Amino acid sequence: MINIEEVFETNEMILHENLDVRTVTMGISLFDCVSDNLDETCRKIGEKLKRCAGQLAPTADRISREFGIPIINKRISVTPISLIGASCCRTPEDFVRICVTLDRTAKELGVNFLGGFSAIVSKGVTPSDRLLMESLPEALAVTDNVCASVNVGSTKTGINMDAVQLMGEIVKRTAQRTKDRDCIGCAKLVVLCNAPDDNPFMAGAFLGVTQPDVVINVGVSGPGVVKAALEKCRGASFQVLCDTIKKTAFKITRVGQMVAQEAANRLGVQFGIIDLSLAPTPAIGDSVADIIEAMGIEKCGAPGTTAALALLNDQVKKGGVMASSYVGGLSGAFIPVSEDSGMIAAAECGALTIEKLEAMTCVCSVGLDMIAIPGTTSAATISGIIADEAAIGMVNQKTTAVRILPVVGKDVGDSIELGGLLGRAPVMPVSRFGCEEFISRGGSIPAPIHSFKN
Amino acid sequence: MNKTVITVVGRDTTGIIAKISTFAYRHNANILDISQTIRMGIFNMMMIVDTDRSDIPYEEFTDGLKALSAEIGVDIRCQKEEIFNMMHRI
Repeated sequence: MINIEEVFETNEMILHENLDVRTVTMGISLFDCVSDNLDETCRKIGEKLKRCAGQLAPTADRISREFGIPIINKRISVTPISLIGASCCRTPEDFVRICVTLDRTAKELGVNFLGGFSAIVSKGVTPSDRLLMESLPEALAVTDNVCASVNVGSTKTGINMDAVQLMGEIVKRTAQRTKDRDCIGCAKLVVLCNAPDDNPFMAGAFLGVTQPDVVINVGVSGPGVVKAALEKCRGASFQVLCDTIKKTAFKITRVGQMVAQEAANRLGVQFGIIDLSLAPTPAIGDSVADIIEAMGIEKCGAPGTTAALALLNDQVKKGGVMASSYVGGLSGAFIPVSEDSGMIAAAECGALTIEKLEAMTCVCSVGLDMIAIPGTTSAATISGIIADEAAIGMVNQKTTAVRILPVVGKDVGDSIELGGLLGRAPVMPVSRFGCEEFISRGGSIPAPIHSFKN
Repeated sequence: MNKTVITVVGRDTTGIIAKISTFAYRHNANILDISQTIRMGIFNMMMIVDTDRSDIPYEEFTDGLKALSAEIGVDIRCQKEEIFNMMHRI
């Protein structure tokens, strides 16, 4: 039988080290909502979401109470909307209407984010994809709870540079359209390479075409728990460091596995995957930067940071895969600047730069995330940043992403307050040298040689 | 068997275990295990109870303990055992 030490260890993690289940995300396929009439499509989408997710938030709340584990977010991911709206949307405004339907329904269901206002354009852009991409500035300005993503490349297809060029402009227009709210539209828009089909985390969540009709995916977190464990082994060897992270990741993931199974059983839905990511929040003690600093790096961003993050990411995966048979999504460590108090501090004191963050994205689970840059940054430069990240993802066969906010009217030295989980971001400097000629060449970058594995 | 783990953390005082045991007895929850320690002057207690034959729904059971928590002036948590088994047992 369980003993008192084990019980209090678990409760210490929950009560003092911010252990939580970050998100229970219900994936819902919207293929059966397709029609050639926009009103009909919107009606069907609203009905299906309510039918499938009506009990999602209350069920997660009940599980949270019974097991004493906080479940922070209840979310929904849907089939990429560029596919669902293809036969009924004739203008970007039509896609905005679908986005508004998704937003209204998400609010009614008590979910704080719904992901999947997305287009997958790694090899080419369909007319529907283009309309959705064109609709993004308006769609993200008039809605609150919908997240959008565009996948511009993959290891198998290469990088669609036309889409990269367009997304640089769309990010700028989205910032302009929400300039009265610190450009919050851009915080709900991510440009990806190698986007996974089963990611439960926002802003990049969508339900890929490989997935079942309805599925429960769970994202676990716990940077505070890992940091607390590492505090106890300061000065110890790398072997001790790795073992400590692995054991902690195992424990965290097991809790996520239990919550996922309970949620899937109670909702009568298939269990999909556990995403064992260390996802920071702006709360003190819930920071990935703090973990890196607990390993012996003076300030996140100093030399050694990339190696420390690589070690962390790998050990989290190794501990996690033993805890759950179905690990998926992004799985690793997130490094969103505005959502991590340690990253904010490191950026403010000059230890952390965009170039160092780019290096870190080679070994973390996603990419350049929640970074505020000067509003004067050109669309071509943003496209260049997206292209660099996509190239890292494509060549290293991993997911990479860019969620960047060119804050209108702000410059280096200023900061923005996004509030809640999105946090606060200091405006970080971007290289003043351009890449217009490269970005405007047109076409795509071919898939790398190691993608030909057949 | 539905096992529930009740934990108590707070200033040591007389009657804590008596009151929780009485509550469990009154609702037909069988005590399976009980242990306690004093850590840095703070009273820590864990009680595992079988709530299979409890006369009230689980949520009412936890709400009752919450009320007791306020009455005694200690922190009482009530959690299904699976979370601990999942984390600490392979």
